[in-house]
Amino acid sequence: MEIYKEKYRGQVREVVLGATSADGGTRSHTLKVGGETALPFLHFEGEIPNRPLIAMDVWDMVPADWPDNLKVFFADVYGDPAAWAKKCVDVYGADLVALRFKSADPEIRDASAEDCVAVLKKVLAAVGVPLIVYGCGKGDKDNDIMGPLAEAAEGENLLLGVAEPENYRSLAGAAMAYKHSIIAQSPIDINIAKQLNILISEMSNSLLDRIVIDPTVAALGYGLEYSYSIMERIRIGSLSGDRILAMPTIGNVGNEVWSKKEATGSAGEHPGWGEQLERSLAWEATTAMALLQAGMDILVIRHPHAAALLKQSIDGLMRDNNPL
Amino acid sequence: MIIIGERINGMFSDIARAIRRRDPGPVQEWARRQEAMGAAYLDLNVGPAAADRVAAMRWLVEVTQEASKLPLCLDSTDYDAIAAGLEICKGPAMINSVPAVQEKMDRVFAMAARYGAEIIGLAMNETGVPRDAESRVALAVELVANCDAHAIPIDKLYIDPIVLPVNVGQDQGPAVFETLRQIKLLSDPPPKTTLGLSNISQGTKNRELINRIFVVMAMACGLDSAIGDACDEELVKAVATARILLNKDIYCDSYVKIFYNQGR
Repeated sequence: MEIYKEKYRGQVREVVLGATSADGGTRSHTLKVGGETALPFLHFEGEIPNRPLIAMDVWDMVPADWPDNLKVFFADVYGDPAAWAKKCVDVYGADLVALRFKSADPEIRDASAEDCVAVLKKVLAAVGVPLIVYGCGKGDKDNDIMGPLAEAAEGENLLLGVAEPENYRSLAGAAMAYKHSIIAQSPIDINIAKQLNILISEMSNSLLDRIVIDPTVAALGYGLEYSYSIMERIRIGSLSGDRILAMPTIGNVGNEVWSKKEATGSAGEHPGWGEQLERSLAWEATTAMALLQAGMDILVIRHPHAAALLKQSIDGLMRDNNPL
Repeated sequence: MIIIGERINGMFSDIARAIRRRDPGPVQEWARRQEAMGAAYLDLNVGPAAADRVAAMRWLVEVTQEASKLPLCLDSTDYDAIAAGLEICKGPAMINSVPAVQEKMDRVFAMAARYGAEIIGLAMNETGVPRDAESRVALAVELVANCDAHAIPIDKLYIDPIVLPVNVGQDQGPAVFETLRQIKLLSDPPPKTTLGLSNISQGTKNRELINRIFVVMAMACGLDSAIGDACDEELVKAVATARILLNKDIYCDSYVKIFYNQGR
């Protein structure tokens, strides 16, 4: 029996994360994402050369609003980003760490660029994995801190986030100057995702191979299907030869899921929803699983058990599944 | 929809002169200019005046390849000249063209199979260009059958329904559109389609306008490529826009610019 196989002419660009001493960094190893020539996990139709990666969220301050069932896993390292990062890697098996400079938010602590640089250096020293570095999410302040952070880690090939259509120049400039990669974030809109890649590449064509698209993800029950369909179109466009969209993708799953009542609500508040720990990590893992099927290359996760479940699922998904 | 740049053709006096004097300057200048404007292929035609067509084609291929990496579309009724060109093409090329005449198809499809080349097949035969869509499609079927007989993937065949100037055969426009639609139903995957775009406006006073409108209407009927003036900026913009409207490319604000850069 012959089965019909789809053949694509395009390929998702392969992006390298991190840099070892050979390339001017201090990471113990680098990681690669992207490179696919087939839809997710259809190994018999093309190449899926790199496994999707699990990044774990690490904050530069104690996250006050994380629920207890999440907090308990980090109780001993809360408030120490370096120890927290190390625990994610050594104990929970994270492929990489997503360090978030929440304390730089002017409405929270308004931490200075110098404070942030000191934290980044500690985290770089504590773990050997490549790092994702996010600002606080407030554009103006991020423009103040991301440049110094990029400079302090020159050559490390951090994945810097986030560039947005109305605020991409300084981050793209920092990535160019200090040899980092960049997250291009668009609001669940494929046209804007494409345009943003063009805008960034206009600053330097070399950045095209250093962009990871954040298409903006939503949690299960909160519009996940919109994210899914945008990602699907991005991936089909990439495989059909649209080089401007052919970037690997990243999703802030934990950030979305852990603000929703399905994850934060106790069994007492929601009788009939089941026990909170099980429910919450299932919510995160299920959201992430759907995004994996849509082609997500990097999942930023919070719950260690969800991370473990996902790694196990990825092991299975990466096995050859040729039906013949 | 891709544009096959028509400008390197001995019908143009600068190219004829360049071929005569073996001066690569004008050829390479047009190669670069058409590539920059978004041409996906470069048509090479030594023209009617060349004394030794085989040598002239070989020279054109050589000097064009020095200036551009675009695939070439070897355009001649002299198949020895095309064979000589295919011999030295660095990448897969396109043969322009073969009519639905058996002995010519035998030779050209065999040549295409040997060199992995694409082929432009003309919906005409010994008796000329049919006047209606049905007869054109019948010739298209012959081309498809011969392509298949040589085990060439059908999507390497570009069928040209043959365009006549609008001021000569005004009834031929609708026949061409209908032919394009029907060609797309002939097989799965279907053959590709092409046409000599500038023909439609021969002898008219509004050449560029007619070319632009015609190409967009033909795209809506299934046109995949056209041999045309890649340096007509408005034509290229119209094609880029039609691709967006037909959902062939994903929209973004800079879609026209991207079309140039991607050379489609």
